[in-house]
Amino acid sequence: MLTPIDVSFDSLHIETLIPMLIAIGGALTILVTDLAKKNLDKSLYIMMTVVFLLLDLGALFQTDLNQRGFFDVMLVDGLAILGQLIVILGSLLFVILSFSKKSFHEYLYAEYFAFYLFMVAGFQFMVASDNLILIFVGLETSSLALYTMIAMHNRHTALEAAVKYFTMGALSAGMFAFGSMILYALSGSVEIGKIAEVMTAGGFEPMALVIVATAFMIGAFGFKMALVPFHTWVPDVYEGSTAALAGFMSIVPKIAGLVVTIRLFEFLLQSGIIWVEIMIYALVVLTMTLANIWALVQDDVKRMLAYSSISHAGFVMAAVLIGTTHSNSALFIYWFLFLFTNLGAFAMLWSSRSKTTEGRYDHTFEKFSGLIKTMPLAAFLIAIFMLSLAGVPPFSMFFGKMYMISSAVTSGYMTLAIIMALNSAIAAYYYLKIIFYMFFKEPLANAEVDPMGNATLSVKSLIGVAAFFTIFGIFFVNPVMEMVTYFVYTSGY
Amino acid sequence: MSEHILSILVFFPLVAGLLGILVDKDSIRPYAITVAGIEFLLSLWLWSEFDMNFAGMQFIESVPLIEQFGISYTLGVDGISLFLIIMTTLVTFISLGSLTVTNRVKELMITVLVLELTMVGVFVALDAILFYLFWELSLVPMLYIIGVWGGPKRLYAGIKFFLYTFTGSLIMLVGMLYMAYLYYQATGTWSFSLLEWYRLQLPFDLQLWLFGAFFLGFAIKVPMFPFHTWLPYAHGQAPTIGSVILAAVLLKMGTYGFVRFSLPLFPDASVAFMVPIAVLSIIMIIYTAMVAYAQEDIKQVVAYSSVSHMGVIILGTFALNVEGITGSIFLMISHGIVSGALFMLVGVIYDRRHTKLMSEFGGLAHVMPMFATIFGIMMMASVGLPLTIGFVGEFLSLLGFYQQSHMLTLVAGTAIIVGAIYMLSAYKKAFFGEVTNEKNRNLPDVNKVELFALVPLTALVVILGVYPKPILEPVDRSVTAMVKLMHAKAVTDEGKNSIADVLVNKEAK
Repeated sequence: MLTPIDVSFDSLHIETLIPMLIAIGGALTILVTDLAKKNLDKSLYIMMTVVFLLLDLGALFQTDLNQRGFFDVMLVDGLAILGQLIVILGSLLFVILSFSKKSFHEYLYAEYFAFYLFMVAGFQFMVASDNLILIFVGLETSSLALYTMIAMHNRHTALEAAVKYFTMGALSAGMFAFGSMILYALSGSVEIGKIAEVMTAGGFEPMALVIVATAFMIGAFGFKMALVPFHTWVPDVYEGSTAALAGFMSIVPKIAGLVVTIRLFEFLLQSGIIWVEIMIYALVVLTMTLANIWALVQDDVKRMLAYSSISHAGFVMAAVLIGTTHSNSALFIYWFLFLFTNLGAFAMLWSSRSKTTEGRYDHTFEKFSGLIKTMPLAAFLIAIFMLSLAGVPPFSMFFGKMYMISSAVTSGYMTLAIIMALNSAIAAYYYLKIIFYMFFKEPLANAEVDPMGNATLSVKSLIGVAAFFTIFGIFFVNPVMEMVTYFVYTSGY
Repeated sequence: MSEHILSILVFFPLVAGLLGILVDKDSIRPYAITVAGIEFLLSLWLWSEFDMNFAGMQFIESVPLIEQFGISYTLGVDGISLFLIIMTTLVTFISLGSLTVTNRVKELMITVLVLELTMVGVFVALDAILFYLFWELSLVPMLYIIGVWGGPKRLYAGIKFFLYTFTGSLIMLVGMLYMAYLYYQATGTWSFSLLEWYRLQLPFDLQLWLFGAFFLGFAIKVPMFPFHTWLPYAHGQAPTIGSVILAAVLLKMGTYGFVRFSLPLFPDASVAFMVPIAVLSIIMIIYTAMVAYAQEDIKQVVAYSSVSHMGVIILGTFALNVEGITGSIFLMISHGIVSGALFMLVGVIYDRRHTKLMSEFGGLAHVMPMFATIFGIMMMASVGLPLTIGFVGEFLSLLGFYQQSHMLTLVAGTAIIVGAIYMLSAYKKAFFGEVTNEKNRNLPDVNKVELFALVPLTALVVILGVYPKPILEPVDRSVTAMVKLMHAKAVTDEGKNSIADVLVNKEAK
């Protein structure tokens, strides 16, 4: 006989759920609107998404810090707030790219935007919990929505990309389940905080199981964040998706993954088991270096950016390895700056339109030949975004790189710091490659390219915003740094 | 007004250059020349306001940029940097004034003005990150100059130039971050301010590592043997204005970095590395002189000779005493003027014949007497003939190093004399003898625009060669203060002994 549990409503702290509920409510509203009246224009749905995301953002600012809620599965600490902030801000900016001049199949469906909001809610759940089950639910909700969105782009490469992503995602979900299972077996809890407590008290015994659990978790999140050697799906998926969605994938899902990784690996790294550290160290170095080297030989700008984003993810994974307040703050600062620069880079790709659809790639390097002659402003903007990605000061990304390398230096990871510095130098080559094509080569004789052909006023304004923050990032680093350090510090990381 | 003079000096070229986008492309030339002229006048104004009797930093401006991490916008100038700034603005002004490029002139002029921002910025920055920012940013306009207006292999030259220096600087950045961390450990606050860093006394083994990190950044820029391989390509492919600025100013950033960062921050490590670096510089002097001798292209001769003389600058810097460092700074200025002028002269002949091969010339002194005279004076200055500007710096540098090691100085001195052979032989091949090539028979002598560039430089070469005091004195004063600081900061006995105690010496006199 079940006895009713007496739980007062106040103790649920339902307000911790409000931001996600707004996103879900928004998605449902879009679906209902579509039911009521068919064939409404995409601009309606885009703006509805924007409005709900703005509300979501507003609600996020209302939440109290370090609040647990909903039977303690929700955890709104500093990391959760920062993670949600980047997720919502990123989603908000990238959805505006849907205002394209060319019509795209997927934007005809209201469901696309509903999926978009469901996905945002999923990511929010992922970062705002330390319960492995809720993290899993968030992860799967968002991933399933994302697979579908990729597949809705009706080209055969898009289907291939979606299926590939789905298969890999399923595998990683399996790994996540196995990893959680072992952790549960070891500690009798699915809450990361509790697991850490129990395992620390037990001296991380038996070691073999802890290592296996770590390996599974690395596999699961390696797939999600596309770390080498779990990255093989990335270039094809980026190639198959639209530039707008590829840019989104390079930012938002990864930050959600990173937040969970911080929560999960922080205590595992402190276990004193040397293999855990070696595994993550190798993961970081391999991801940074190999992705950079593969990026050197790409013929397509989008594939190049795909590899480059893998390398950036490896770069910030170093923060998890280092595991100080300094490094975790650096991770968020880096990702904030990366968000704007990458938004600019992918928006420029998105804007450029080929008149012919021959050949395998959408955005070959040749396509950008002599852009300085045909459209100087576009060439300059791309150049600035690329220089920023390469870490040339005074553009914003330099400060992220600087702070990240500094965190390695201050924690005694000198070798790692030098590897990071050298990788930035390797990366400079492929970012310069596109600058070389744009500035130093003659335009193609039969160029069937319109570099801003797909850009509407909204997209152009968005590029303006991205460029502004990329160029004048130096003036925003201090407030961002103060805020991020405060939030990271108060959550105890 | 004069308290913001440095900011004005740094940002005027950028702002004016960006406004220049609105100027019509056929009329941009007078605009850019005016801007560069004003910038030069501003730097002269700085000189006139500069207090010659004060050794420390002047006109300091400081605004926090990233307070949390101790990064600030701090500018200042002392005797060491003052003349490098004036040399920069002068060379930029003159090279813009004598520009002969005709395609995409507007872009080129604006690019050079942006480059001027970064060059002046490097010399006035007193915050390590700000220094790094200007240092790295200077790569971008230079890459653009090489990539757009360069020769047939410009892409290769450009990428080599960029990646080589970029890699070195990133290692230097790691060093800077570690230095800031040491400061944080010592004081509890983050700071990248150079003047704050000067107050840190570091243990010897840390000095060695940090010296190494900074050394890579600076040595690649100088470029020191064996990191010099990017330079011949860059010079070979760059247009005249690119080579002039590269040789005159950009290379000086490296040697300036040694004086501003490496010596005062790591005095003991500087002593420890003195002999190896001196050996490297002597190899650099001899080896590049030999390579220069084997060149067929007159521009490559000038390029290699320019590297060779950078070796003397390094040697003087690592004498670690007042004479040597003062000499090396004077040599930086004279090298800037002389090598800049030599590249311009090569540009003059290239514009007439569209070739730089020495075998194509011969007997030019008959057809172009004025050109031959100026070239002759510049060449003499380059090999360090007494009473030219080149002599003063070379003499002082060697004098300084003589106090550290007689043997090495002797070798270096001989190398410099032997090195003169290639210049003289190149001069002989190109200018003396009969006019053998018919194409050279009717070449016009230097025209007014070219004279505008060359006459002031020639005048400077002679005047400062005879009377270097106005420059030497303030440089000497600041260098004395720096050497005093180095002596005080040295932690090892070897360091204390090798770095001359200026106070004792001065009193003994």
